[in-house]
Amino acid sequence: MAKAEFEIPELKEYPEIPPIQPGAMAHSKPYVAKVDFQEALGFPGELIDDWHDKAIEAMGDLLGKYRSLQVFLDSCVKCGSCTDKCHYYLGTSDPKNMPVARQDLLRKVYRRHFTFAGKYFPKLVGATDLTEEVLEDWYNYFHQCSQCRRCSVFCPYGIDTAEISMAAREIMDRIGLGQKYCNEIIGKVFRIGNNLGLPGPALEDTLEGLEEDVMDETGVEVKYPLDKKGADILLVTPSADFFAEPHVDGLIGYGKVFHEAGVNWTLSSKASEAANFGMFIGSYENMRKISLRIREAALELGVKRIVFGECGHAWRVAYSFLNTLAGPWDFLDQNYPIPQHVCEFTYDLIKKDEGKPEEEKVLKFDKSENDDMVVTFHDSCNVARASRMGDFPGGQFVIPREIIKTVCNNFADMDPDTVYEKTFCCGGGGGLLTDELMELRVKGAKPRMEALKNVIEEDGVTHMAMICAICKAQFTKILPYYGRGMDMIVSLHQLVSNAIVLTGQQTEDDEEETEAEAE
Amino acid sequence: MSFLTVAFAALFYAATVLLVVGLARRIYIYWKTPAPLKIPTTPAPVTTGGVVLRMFREVVFFESLFKGSKWTWLFGWVFHMALFAVLFRHLRYFQEPVWGIVEWTGPLIKYLAFAMLIGLLGLLARRYFVDRVRYISAPSDYLMLLLLLGIGISGALTTFVTHTDVVAVKSFFRHLMTFNFQTMPNLPGDPLMVAHLGMVALLMIIFPISKLLHAPGVFFSPTRNQVDNPREKRHIVDWARKLEQ
Ligand code: HEM
Ligand code: SF4
Ligand code: SF4
Repeated sequence: MAKAEFEIPELKEYPEIPPIQPGAMAHSKPYVAKVDFQEALGFPGELIDDWHDKAIEAMGDLLGKYRSLQVFLDSCVKCGSCTDKCHYYLGTSDPKNMPVARQDLLRKVYRRHFTFAGKYFPKLVGATDLTEEVLEDWYNYFHQCSQCRRCSVFCPYGIDTAEISMAAREIMDRIGLGQKYCNEIIGKVFRIGNNLGLPGPALEDTLEGLEEDVMDETGVEVKYPLDKKGADILLVTPSADFFAEPHVDGLIGYGKVFHEAGVNWTLSSKASEAANFGMFIGSYENMRKISLRIREAALELGVKRIVFGECGHAWRVAYSFLNTLAGPWDFLDQNYPIPQHVCEFTYDLIKKDEGKPEEEKVLKFDKSENDDMVVTFHDSCNVARASRMGDFPGGQFVIPREIIKTVCNNFADMDPDTVYEKTFCCGGGGGLLTDELMELRVKGAKPRMEALKNVIEEDGVTHMAMICAICKAQFTKILPYYGRGMDMIVSLHQLVSNAIVLTGQQTEDDEEETEAEAE
Repeated sequence: MSFLTVAFAALFYAATVLLVVGLARRIYIYWKTPAPLKIPTTPAPVTTGGVVLRMFREVVFFESLFKGSKWTWLFGWVFHMALFAVLFRHLRYFQEPVWGIVEWTGPLIKYLAFAMLIGLLGLLARRYFVDRVRYISAPSDYLMLLLLLGIGISGALTTFVTHTDVVAVKSFFRHLMTFNFQTMPNLPGDPLMVAHLGMVALLMIIFPISKLLHAPGVFFSPTRNQVDNPREKRHIVDWARKLEQ
């Protein structure tokens, strides 16, 4: 078990709602962004002298720009329905991690400055001035929200605390109080092209390495092209896919699927990152700028389609926002969804193969390759509650599961209260995947760990598959705290990759004829 | 005319203006404030018809609340439905002639006042006894429930116990509504009725400046009223379009 200076939550068979412990997480905060990183994003370098007035001004500006903010700040009736829905509350017991209490940190200042009741009867309606303590609470607790939207599912008005957290972070950025992790990463995207700061040559090396690995493993020459002009499909994937485990096994899987589908595809060094941390900091401008890289890359390479790899918040930005931020996409092939999720791509092929004789199928699978696993699936919050796959509501739940069942014999879902739209965040989303927040991340993972423990005990689950780079990185890091191995975590397309039988792949029975046909 | 009558006439005119103007202004603000991004909580309907249905389920059945907390749902839903029924019955104090349906249902709806009170008491108990809900409650949250309880109890007492001269009360409101001050009768000085009407006027006044804004708010909530079709249809608002130039 990993060492920790804090208590690891005890996992129960039946989830419990803890009694409140005020101040339990008051000490938890991420590092503040340095001057250079702030300025690179167009924000003041450090906390400005007139931060109070500028913060109120920024709040007023956002209230006029975002209906969500205005309606949500007015409408809450304090019914309490959301109070026990946040994984950070369930894991830490700190009442300020209850979604409504988190909103109230902003709402009490909103009321003080923008409402009649708050101006004249502040005590009555719980309005307060924006003091230094309040600002500190903002910084600490708006960085204890992974913007997972679970609270919004249960709120009678759909109040989404993520929207409030984003607005709060934008206000803090505008007064020079930014978060180091997010803002540094955005800077890297602007300078180098991806979150990890991997330059083009390094990418090329990595991709060549992958080609060799696949060759060694299967004897088939599967290409992982970079910046290939005239390709039909641009694959945009989280940069963790290039080297992190188990992410990279997912990337290998996408390549194999593309190879079998016979499509002409490429990655781009300019858009070598699907992630868009502009969303986490609530900055429309930054989110837009990051998205435009994808447009530029698509135009330069002359592609006809865009496909996104496995990443939760990236898929939210892609599915829900890309058309708004970087559209219109009239130069792409309108016969395909713009953009398309790699799961949609794979699922389409599986669907079309249905009912065909084995030798005519585009994707051939040997499910027994995954027989060493009993798999469960973790719905990532941004895919589950902020986007869709396929052409029907809820496709984001059905499609990944159908793919898993196609490539895997053993699948078991977790407790229904912890999957689909009610899924629990991994604990590391929303720009919190940084080491100084480890206590929060470990504790926030508690509800998921509990559900996982139960399927392990009841159904013998050995692996948890997922389609989000942040989830993968978070779980591989925190599983050891709960006494489990990080190799439990698998990429969805890793399962596909394990089971797929490439045309011409050396297997028991020789398939040279089909190979000849495919050439 | 008695002082009480004049005072209440003025009070109700003021309360009505504040309610109507206040709400209209608020709704205008919600209407005019753009929603720059598509943020429906998914899975969400992919057609406008589907969104209407989703909204209907939210407003009539409190669907999301039901998912979230069964007890709050039970008390809250009973309170609201009884409230709307009781308000409907109140039409008889303002209409001349009274609609048949109001007439027929009146004697039944009368008893829903108790359902409303039970709902309110349940909500109050939850607010006080559940540590999480107590933590998020400001004084105004308790006072709102007490105000509604006060309205409900005084109303029920005038209906079931003291039997105020409702004919005179109705006549008073009819005259107010038709701006006919010549023949305006005096408002009965029954303290229960005075309390009931006073609290109702207060509720009307605070409606547009309190959390009661949830009533219009729910219809404007982007997570509930947006169609899930961002890939099919480009969604862009004016201030965002300006960034493109
Ligand atoms: C479209 C109309 C309305 C809808 C959909 C609606 C819905 C809701 C819902 C879902 C709740 C949360 C559950 C609860 O605590 O009861 C709530 C709370 C509340 N509603 Fe409404 N409501 C509407 C109109 C009204 C009106 C007209 C009033 C008052 C005159 C009102 C008064 C309240 C109060 C006081 C609460 C807070 C209860 C508490 O403190 O626990 N609502 N409403
Ligand atoms: S968005 Fe998620 S992390 Fe944030 S308050 Fe809601 S439930 Fe908690
Ligand atoms: S569920 Fe919605 S209305 Fe109820 S307390 Fe939470 S944010 Fe407020």
